[in-house]
Amino acid sequence: MRNIFTICGREVNAYFTSPIAYLLMGLFGLITGFMFYSATAYFISVSTQQQMTGQSGPMDIGLYVIAPLLGNAGVIGLFLVPLISMRLFAEEKRSGTIELLLTSPISDWEIILGKWLGAMVMYLAIIAMTAVNIGMLFAWSTPDWRPILTGYLGLILQGATVLAIGTFISTTTKNQIIAGGSTFAICLLLWVLSWVSNYSDTWYGKAIAYCSILTHFEPFSKGIVDTKDVIFYLSAIFLGLFLTARSLESLRWRA
Amino acid sequence: MIKVEGLTKRYARNYAVKNISFEVGKGEIVGFLGKNGAGKTTTMRVLTCFLPPTSGKVSVAGFDVIEQSLDVRKNIGYLPETPPLYPEMEVGDYLTFVAKLKGIPSADVPKRVDEVIERTALGNVRHTIIGKLSKGYRQRVGIAQAIIHNPPVLILDEPTSGLDPEQQREARQLIASLSGDHTIILSTHILSEVEQSCSKVIIINAGEIIAVDSVANLHLRRKGGEMVAIQVKGASEGEVRQKLELVRGVAKVIGRDAPEGYVGFEIESLEQYAVRPDLARAVVESGWDLTELRTVGESLEEIFLELTKSEAKPAATKTGELTQ
Repeated sequence: MRNIFTICGREVNAYFTSPIAYLLMGLFGLITGFMFYSATAYFISVSTQQQMTGQSGPMDIGLYVIAPLLGNAGVIGLFLVPLISMRLFAEEKRSGTIELLLTSPISDWEIILGKWLGAMVMYLAIIAMTAVNIGMLFAWSTPDWRPILTGYLGLILQGATVLAIGTFISTTTKNQIIAGGSTFAICLLLWVLSWVSNYSDTWYGKAIAYCSILTHFEPFSKGIVDTKDVIFYLSAIFLGLFLTARSLESLRWRA
Repeated sequence: MIKVEGLTKRYARNYAVKNISFEVGKGEIVGFLGKNGAGKTTTMRVLTCFLPPTSGKVSVAGFDVIEQSLDVRKNIGYLPETPPLYPEMEVGDYLTFVAKLKGIPSADVPKRVDEVIERTALGNVRHTIIGKLSKGYRQRVGIAQAIIHNPPVLILDEPTSGLDPEQQREARQLIASLSGDHTIILSTHILSEVEQSCSKVIIINAGEIIAVDSVANLHLRRKGGEMVAIQVKGASEGEVRQKLELVRGVAKVIGRDAPEGYVGFEIESLEQYAVRPDLARAVVESGWDLTELRTVGESLEEIFLELTKSEAKPAATKTGELTQ
């Protein structure tokens, strides 16, 4: 346990002593901030229009502002994750520090979990940028907090999944660009897999669409926590980390 | 302390090391000598549990490298060829990180870090970022991380490579100061280093051990007689040559450069003849001045070259460098 925290602590330090943490947080804050501003401005203009014309339909700030914001945060997060995960093992392999880790009295799993958790902390710091926007909504209105909570849960599970995959890819190369690029491509693919459901109704079409990471995220942003989505994410995380462990083991045999 | 029996490591079809066996006792400093790609790094990586052996039995401090890998790693300090440093960390933070990795109890970590910083004289760079250190300092940080948990066995892969002579001397002194508490294996291709710091030498070539011996015994292995350089003042070259050729045991007299007014020779003796006293007597009895008389060509360097040449395989196996 202590070893995991030692590794995790170093990873977090590495992110925050280099510009990458601030760059990612800044970019993410900028993009989601703009999205939040647009959604809110639209929401306000529609609601004033309704007041002017006298029709007063129910306007749900959760549905019009928060759900889209978290949904978009999920998509953008998908694209930022490769930038977080690419260095995890690739950098150590290039600089030779992997020899320090692999010859220290700690297990491979402790190394992997430590690194993955370190990347998770970085990811959480990034998505925490959206809390600023949502906090503003709480200051001037009373949105339902439950879909917000589930939305964040979904974001965390999705990020953890993609990070686990990215961690695995990072063990396969010592080139960070290759690690980041492949992870990005896989993220993109996992996103668009859901399109299959648009035109195919066969069992394999459904199976492919089921693998799409975003389809499992949508219910969360609407306030629904479905066990099957949680299980999907947890098993994907396990698969990613399991592959990482196998890859690290094979590194010893091949190196 | 270290026991290697029939170790073989193969990469695909290339043998990095082939069926090597050796033993290292407690407190010994062993020099691992060989050309680049001879299998030194591979052997060290097997000892440190970085690579599993293809076959053979390897144990360190009584623990097997495969069955009890974590116990072996606790007992080993390892400095790889490139010191495993994180350039963005400060020296002190880095050593704290390594101390925790090596399983030192949290309460003892600051004390241990202070101790190694003192021992490796890193006090004035404690808060410097590793990326900004000179090569000599980096190597010292590398040694510091290897000894931080006070391991009984130290494995140092080319600890002085790439350092300037001054830094090399410092590194060697540091290593020498570690002997006694630790069993040390260090690899190198600098022979004078072995002569200075090691009690025992293992010479490895093309993946096979060709000699395991003490430095002193290796000197005795030299084949043929000795070479003696001599310089004389007060006579012509022909006279001296004639005289020297008559000394018992002299096989060959070869002329060699000498300053104005002096004559110099290199003399090869027959096996088992100590020719130096007779040479000196011959010169002095002739009334000439003997200005120089010393043995040459007795360095480990020549022994090494001779050993690796005579037993080198025609088809050398490929190196075991990290290709990842």
